[in-house]
Amino acid sequence: MVSIDASVAGREPAPGSGEQLRIKAEARSLDFYYGTFKALKGIKMPIYENKVTALIGPSGCGKSTFLRCFNRMHDLYPNMRYDGEIRLMPDDVNILAKNVDPIEVRMRIGMVFQKPNPFPKSIYENVVYGLRVRGVNNKAILDEKAEQALRAAALWNEAKDRLNDVALEMSGGQQQRLCIARALATDPELLLFDEPTSALDPIATASIEELMTQLKERVTILVVTHNMQQAARVSDYTAYMYLGEVIEFGETDQIFVKPARKETEDYITGRFG
Amino acid sequence: MSAIAPTGPDRKVSEMRSLIASGKRKQVIFAVAGVLCTAFAVLVLIAAFLDLLIDGLPRLSWSFLTSFPSRRASEAGILSAWVGSAMVMLVTMFAAVPIGVGAAVYLEEYAKKNLFTDVIEINVTNLAGVPSIVYGLLALGLFVHQFGFGESVLTAGLTLALLILPIVIVSSREALRTVPGHIREAAYAMGATRWQMISDHLLPYSRGGILTGIILGMAEAIGQTAPIITIGALTFIAFLPPPPVSVEFPFLNFEWIRSEFTVLPIQMYNWVSRPDKAFQLNAAAAGVILLGMTLIMNGLAIYLRYQVRKKIKW
Repeated sequence: MVSIDASVAGREPAPGSGEQLRIKAEARSLDFYYGTFKALKGIKMPIYENKVTALIGPSGCGKSTFLRCFNRMHDLYPNMRYDGEIRLMPDDVNILAKNVDPIEVRMRIGMVFQKPNPFPKSIYENVVYGLRVRGVNNKAILDEKAEQALRAAALWNEAKDRLNDVALEMSGGQQQRLCIARALATDPELLLFDEPTSALDPIATASIEELMTQLKERVTILVVTHNMQQAARVSDYTAYMYLGEVIEFGETDQIFVKPARKETEDYITGRFG
Repeated sequence: MSAIAPTGPDRKVSEMRSLIASGKRKQVIFAVAGVLCTAFAVLVLIAAFLDLLIDGLPRLSWSFLTSFPSRRASEAGILSAWVGSAMVMLVTMFAAVPIGVGAAVYLEEYAKKNLFTDVIEINVTNLAGVPSIVYGLLALGLFVHQFGFGESVLTAGLTLALLILPIVIVSSREALRTVPGHIREAAYAMGATRWQMISDHLLPYSRGGILTGIILGMAEAIGQTAPIITIGALTFIAFLPPPPVSVEFPFLNFEWIRSEFTVLPIQMYNWVSRPDKAFQLNAAAAGVILLGMTLIMNGLAIYLRYQVRKKIKW
């Protein structure tokens, strides 16, 4: 736990300290329905480029539902409907629009799931799968990209001698870092994390958190977490959600130290939730 | 302790013990009953197999496998029958596998859940229970007369393919369903199309289960008699269909699928119905071969299932 505190203390320039903020994506009055149930209500919030944005809130508040709008995961299931927009920069396209192919959206926006879900293939094939889907078959390019992605996911040293082993033989933490490498290999513009450490032990959790802090240099991150300390440790911005609405959105330090809304404070201090 | 008349908490404990003892007695009774039931089922099977073996084993020899049927029981063999069975199985496999797996993939992955697919689903499941002779009648009308395939290997193969389609479809769907949702989501999240998800993930991960279903279906098909008789297989045949491969161009030859044929169960049926005891021994010997083939196929299916379970743990 010591290393975690250290990484919080060493966090580079405090958000809002004068550096230029660019919006990577923005939800604009986003509603989402499962059948007739309205799971998201008029969500408006920006996702800033090269920042980590955390979504917190009690179970069932819609944070995962919101996250899964970004890569159109909901499109895989029947009886759902989006209303409103999520605009993705720099081309300012509404990724929820009917005429935008969800596959195109998923090629731009990667995702890491709650439970590590590597394919029952070799470590190497897991990492390069996204490239294969994109039609890359040149061995030299695949090798190079695989190494880059594994290095970025802090897995290269452990994995380089066993690239042909089945990924399921790795530990849970390694599997999750492999899933991160798999998502990074295709250079996504935005990376979604859906409670990425809830199935992991504290040491693996610490390594994933450290990784997220490093990764924001190259990719914008949106993370759903149940763990408030985690949100405080890794994120620059935090949104507190409740019953499908964003109650409060702001810089993480401000949300955790001086929340503007009473509901946020109650949740963060553990009086509710 | 228990020798002294128990009081207070001790009495509670002794009551508990007698309760546990009576529970355990029931457990033993049920275990004995279970063993008896299992033993009965296994013994009947073993007895039937032994009976066949005792009758048939003396007749089993190389020449039994390489001779055509004959009027003299001691010279008769099952060459045309097992070659016919093998050829019919080949046709059955090439027809049932793509259609069955394709239908399973469609129903599991593409079809929307609605009344139409519900009806299809109920139909597929019920088809597995349709008496096999009904398939024979259908084939007689459709393949033999309507399509003009005649009383051929092709007709028999397609008929048996229809017969085992439900088995292949149902077991393939079950195999596809064992691939967990989070693996599908992982593939889609990487930007895979539906077909990429199916061909890169679903089919490879479920191939063990699919293969098991195919083999079980084939084991079912190889023993079928009624539909084959219905479409008019010969019961006495003293020639082989033209071979499917040849040394001359174009190397492959499809004459054999239009050829007349017989199969092992029909050969057996034919011999059993003769009054001469020697022919009945021939039937038993053919039965041993047929049962052996079925056992090998089922064994292979079990082995594959075991291998897959060992390899992929979700």
